Amino acid sequence: MASTDSIISIKDLTKSFGRRKALHNINLEIKRGEFIAVFGPNGAGKTTLLKIISSIIEPSVGTVIINKIDIKKDPSGIRKMLGAISHETYLYHELTARENLVFFSHMYNMDKSIIDERVDRLLKSVDLFKRADERVASFSRGMKQRLSIARALLHQPEILLMDEPYTGLDQHAAGKFELVLLNAGKGKDIETSDCAEVVTRIMITHNIERAFELCDRMLIMDMGNIVFDRKKKDIESVKQFREMYLSIIEKDTDAEGTDNIRAL
Amino acid sequence: MMKTLYIAAKDLRSEFRTKQMLNSMLIFSLIVIVIFSISFGEVLSQTELVGKLAPGVLWVAFTFAGTLGLSRSFAAEMENGCLEGLKLSPIDRSSIYIGKTISNAFLMFIVELLTIPIFIVLFNYNISGIPGLALVIFLGTFGFVSVGTLLSALSSGTRTREIMLPVLLLPLMIPVIIPAVMATGKILVNGDPGNILSEIRLLLVYDLIFFVAGQLVFEYTIAD
Repeated sequence: MASTDSIISIKDLTKSFGRRKALHNINLEIKRGEFIAVFGPNGAGKTTLLKIISSIIEPSVGTVIINKIDIKKDPSGIRKMLGAISHETYLYHELTARENLVFFSHMYNMDKSIIDERVDRLLKSVDLFKRADERVASFSRGMKQRLSIARALLHQPEILLMDEPYTGLDQHAAGKFELVLLNAGKGKDIETSDCAEVVTRIMITHNIERAFELCDRMLIMDMGNIVFDRKKKDIESVKQFREMYLSIIEKDTDAEGTDNIRAL
Repeated sequence: MMKTLYIAAKDLRSEFRTKQMLNSMLIFSLIVIVIFSISFGEVLSQTELVGKLAPGVLWVAFTFAGTLGLSRSFAAEMENGCLEGLKLSPIDRSSIYIGKTISNAFLMFIVELLTIPIFIVLFNYNISGIPGLALVIFLGTFGFVSVGTLLSALSSGTRTREIMLPVLLLPLMIPVIIPAVMATGKILVNGDPGNILSEIRLLLVYDLIFFVAGQLVFEYTIAD
């Protein structure tokens, strides 16, 4: 049984694509409001794990329960709770910034009476209000990424899934984005102190320093396994974590190596 | 239902801004009509022969122009991961299919609406049969787009999507194209919609089957 304060409970999750196993027997409990960073080399299974949590792909074996809902039984119910930010912007280039946000507001069944206000507020908070009526095609990569962040936060999700969310963001925008992430963990809406749900955040990244600063818990995945799972407070320093990570990557996780890391 | 309309409206808004699909479909369709009218020349003064030649010409223009447009239908969704963005939303997958079908059909109707006057002039067509012709074109187009939208989604994930779509689509379209061409021929000869009831029934049945089947299997065509 999942522990009562878990918002995400993953049991014996395996995902195969043909004969290739992308995830091997993953077990993971994530508490409400936690901020988790997921690291790992390319092909480690990080994105597959996120796609399963977001109910875009189904597990081959095992269960994923989110907020007491099994993703196989009610994927649509799961998606209502999720916001996703990726290196892909999920934006339509021929629509304006505002049109993109309004379109996705409708997709998330948002109340029509609040859409305009919410869209304006989000556009202001990502510094795109003045360019709200310009086509996304004319935006720089960083502007598109900022708009993509606004899109993910439109419906005030309970869980934020992020796959390389810093793509294209400059220092200023990255700093602002981090503030949003930290506020979300305290139940504060973007930029304001509006009452909102405490947001659980899972972020795939290669930026160890930034993640170490922000996150509560660090995971390392390799070859479809979670080979490291520790709270930040139990890790001495970012340097120690980096060394651990590099040793895992260098070993390329043969079975013995994985056991050693787990024993750390 | 509303989400379906929002998806269709989003597609049409995007398309009317660039007119990429619309222009290429229209130009292709008009070129076909003009080339055939030139090559048939004097034959076009004989109504009976027009009834035999023109339906083929008209449906060649519509199906090939439609295939051209359909091949672009999911391209915009694949760019920037937009389809994944839609899949992450709490919407029924069939809403995406219906929305795309509506927008594709709408674009094809526009192309047909602009092509038919040129066709009427160049093929010396009797204008009295217009309502019957419109009905046949509507049903034929709807069946074509119902299958085409599904196959466009299926082929959009492949590397050879430009080749894959016509290869898959054209054989599957035969049950719709045959009654559509036959009915168009009959209408062009005498303009009486009463003569084409059996073809209309056939088109209605195929449209229904393709549209319902499309909704049922669409989820699997866009699965990762």
